[in-house]
Amino acid sequence: MLIEVRDTPLDPWVELARYQHTLSALPGQYGATAIFIGTMRDFNDGATVQGMTLEHYPGMTERHLQRIVESATQEWRLLDALVIHRVGVLQPNDPIVLVAVWSAQRVAAFAACRWIVEELKAKAPFWKREETGVGTRWVTHNTPG
Amino acid sequence: MAIKIKYFASLRDRLGRAEDQLDATVGLTVAGVWMTLWPDQPLPPNTLAAVNMDYAEWTQTVQDGDEVAFFPPVTGG
Repeated sequence: MLIEVRDTPLDPWVELARYQHTLSALPGQYGATAIFIGTMRDFNDGATVQGMTLEHYPGMTERHLQRIVESATQEWRLLDALVIHRVGVLQPNDPIVLVAVWSAQRVAAFAACRWIVEELKAKAPFWKREETGVGTRWVTHNTPG
Repeated sequence: MAIKIKYFASLRDRLGRAEDQLDATVGLTVAGVWMTLWPDQPLPPNTLAAVNMDYAEWTQTVQDGDEVAFFPPVTGG
């Protein structure tokens, strides 16, 4: 399992390939890998968004991500999981979050991946501030899934 | 050792600072921490609180050495 919050650019495909290579004990065991990549849009709540700053509560964020992934691992008997979340300054089209899970079968992989994303959005202390053409604004709520 | 208080995101901007300190009194609650520090500032609706990096109820008591945080609804992912 790997949980990471980083303030440098995230290439989810590189990270996935790199992590997959570390799963040396798993080949033959997992039949399903589900991934979610959240990417920054250039629009939100009726405005064009030019940039975004993601703030977090260091320590509390990592603790909650860890708990969320551990809960999912127990509930769906995951074989492994990877979560990397950006903080800092982002531009449209920058990946914000990568969630990947490995399990024996697809039902668990799909369900766990989705649950981790929704829990992360509801519990992990991150906050988005958007730069629009007319100034900056804090995002006050998540968009419905 | 006092209680350390942290504010994040829009709440920090509104208050104009990121941290405070406060000496605990017996039975001081999370809500009490806010009212002691900000007697003239009504708590913005939907504000969340954490004690030692776990989400906390407003009635939870705090003691010296604790870290209390106040912040708006989270918007990650």
